[in-house]
Amino acid sequence: MNNDEIRASLLKRSRASKNEIFGKVISGICITIIIGVVVSIFYFVASKGLATFFTDKVNLWKFLTGTVWNPSTNDAQGDPQVGALPMIVGSFSVTFLAAIVATPFAIGAAVFMTEISPKLGKRVLQPVIELLVGIPSVVYGFIGLSVVVPFVRRTFGGSGFGILSGTFVLFVMILPTVTSMTVDALNSVPRNYREASLALGATRWQTIYKVVLRASVSGIITAVVFGMSRAFGEALAVQMVIGNAMLLPGNLISPASTLTSVLTMGMGNSVMGSLSNNALWSLALLLLIMPLVFNILIRWIGKRGAMH
Amino acid sequence: MTARKWDKVATTVLYLISIFIIFVLAFLLLYILISGLPHVSWHFITGRSSSFEAGGGIGVQLFNSIYLLVLAMIISVPLSLGAGIYLSEYAPKNWVTSLIRNAIEVLSSLPSVVVGLFGFLVFSINFKFGFSILSGALALTVFNLPLLTRKVEDSLQAIHYTQREAGYALGLSRWETVIHVVVPAALPGIITGMILGMGRIFGEAAALIYTAGQSSPPLDFSNWNPMYIASPLNPMRSAETLAVHIWKINSEGIIPDATQVSAASSAVLVLFVLLLNLAARYVGNRLYGRLTGVKERK
Repeated sequence: MNNDEIRASLLKRSRASKNEIFGKVISGICITIIIGVVVSIFYFVASKGLATFFTDKVNLWKFLTGTVWNPSTNDAQGDPQVGALPMIVGSFSVTFLAAIVATPFAIGAAVFMTEISPKLGKRVLQPVIELLVGIPSVVYGFIGLSVVVPFVRRTFGGSGFGILSGTFVLFVMILPTVTSMTVDALNSVPRNYREASLALGATRWQTIYKVVLRASVSGIITAVVFGMSRAFGEALAVQMVIGNAMLLPGNLISPASTLTSVLTMGMGNSVMGSLSNNALWSLALLLLIMPLVFNILIRWIGKRGAMH
Repeated sequence: MTARKWDKVATTVLYLISIFIIFVLAFLLLYILISGLPHVSWHFITGRSSSFEAGGGIGVQLFNSIYLLVLAMIISVPLSLGAGIYLSEYAPKNWVTSLIRNAIEVLSSLPSVVVGLFGFLVFSINFKFGFSILSGALALTVFNLPLLTRKVEDSLQAIHYTQREAGYALGLSRWETVIHVVVPAALPGIITGMILGMGRIFGEAAALIYTAGQSSPPLDFSNWNPMYIASPLNPMRSAETLAVHIWKINSEGIIPDATQVSAASSAVLVLFVLLLNLAARYVGNRLYGRLTGVKERK
């Protein structure tokens, strides 16, 4: 080999390093595409959703607190009637009620799986919960429609459609998510906490109630908030059982609506760019922002939990 | 009451809660299968759906669901593999990476209806794809990407560092080590995640209502040229999937046998998803056993 060849072979990139650059570029492109998708979701939905306030000059406060949703007509002051409060109230009621009902069951099942009978938990409950997660949401909606709604109608009167039916359906839908996250939280409590408590003569229940649950409280709250985030965004199952009346819900068994149900019903019936369409996009923007709020909440709880 | 009695009571209550949850699942599955399976026949699975009269089938919807599933997986598997490899192997530990991770987490927490509306706005309207299989597959990709990416990253992270060092010691570049050592070792986890993702996609409806559309034009199953308008493979035709079909006939359907058709469709849908879940478990365990020689997975 003469000097030039050696020089060239030293200065040129080797095959392996070319390969390396190739891999870096390919995987970098993939991650860039995903980030691009996230950014464009926010950009497109926000630009559409904000048009209601900037182009059509709807007052944000009126939008959030108005109780009449009828974008094609104007109210006494000449402003379009786009009051989203009935949907906001509907969404939050089903979310909170479902979380309130699901939490005790989820904690109970999780305690059973980690503290009472890990063997049965792993053999029986774990697969049951995985199967519950796997059932598609339209199937939950269909069962809600053919079982829960008639049951509510017979037991509580009314049409059967409403927040109560939505709560029942969402309860079953978020139960597996909250349970499996609670199991993780309970499992992360160090074993010696339990041993210390049992050594003090505490019963199993005293250990669970006074030590394990207290030590994992931030994890459990995270699980519940995560379940609420799921419930808030669930569309079709809720839409099928809630009745889709854009009225402020007076009680739990009168037809109501949620942000998601209005979006699934309304988006096809309005013209792009019209006020009624823009107002729907504003609802979508609300739906986009809420998971962020839940996310931040989860992080904040996680940080507070870590300090203790 | 003494502490010991409380302990008994609490244990009983916890047993009851667990039995209740098992009962809920058993009820759901039995209800779907008992009310649905009697209506499932070969004619039902392959027949055309009717818009007004009883006796319609779900042939086209079933085909659409599977076709959309395949297309969405073709797009999302390579993307999530690349992104997962980047996050696990190349990403430096700095604020940009943690921002990227946060962005993916936010994407996975978005309601599927928002993903559907985004797909409607961007793919159907801005890109002028209309209500088509292509728009639907892209929307499903957006819906599926964050979870797949996280699954790939987690599976890669679980591979011990010594495996990578062994690769470097043999003179392989980092990329070659990833492709020939780390990815094969992580394959069981990755494949399990992919199959579970398929189950999620198969039952998804909210993201498809405004992207793949709610109508199923007649298909000509004798012409498989993708450019032909009535071809089953044409990606630009609108396509109602099985899950969307169940939603539609329940919320605005006018066919007289809506309950039977949706019960039977639900049964088919649930059986398919259960099958995928079982397959994920089986394939994961099997691959793990074959690649590592360990009989039982921890």
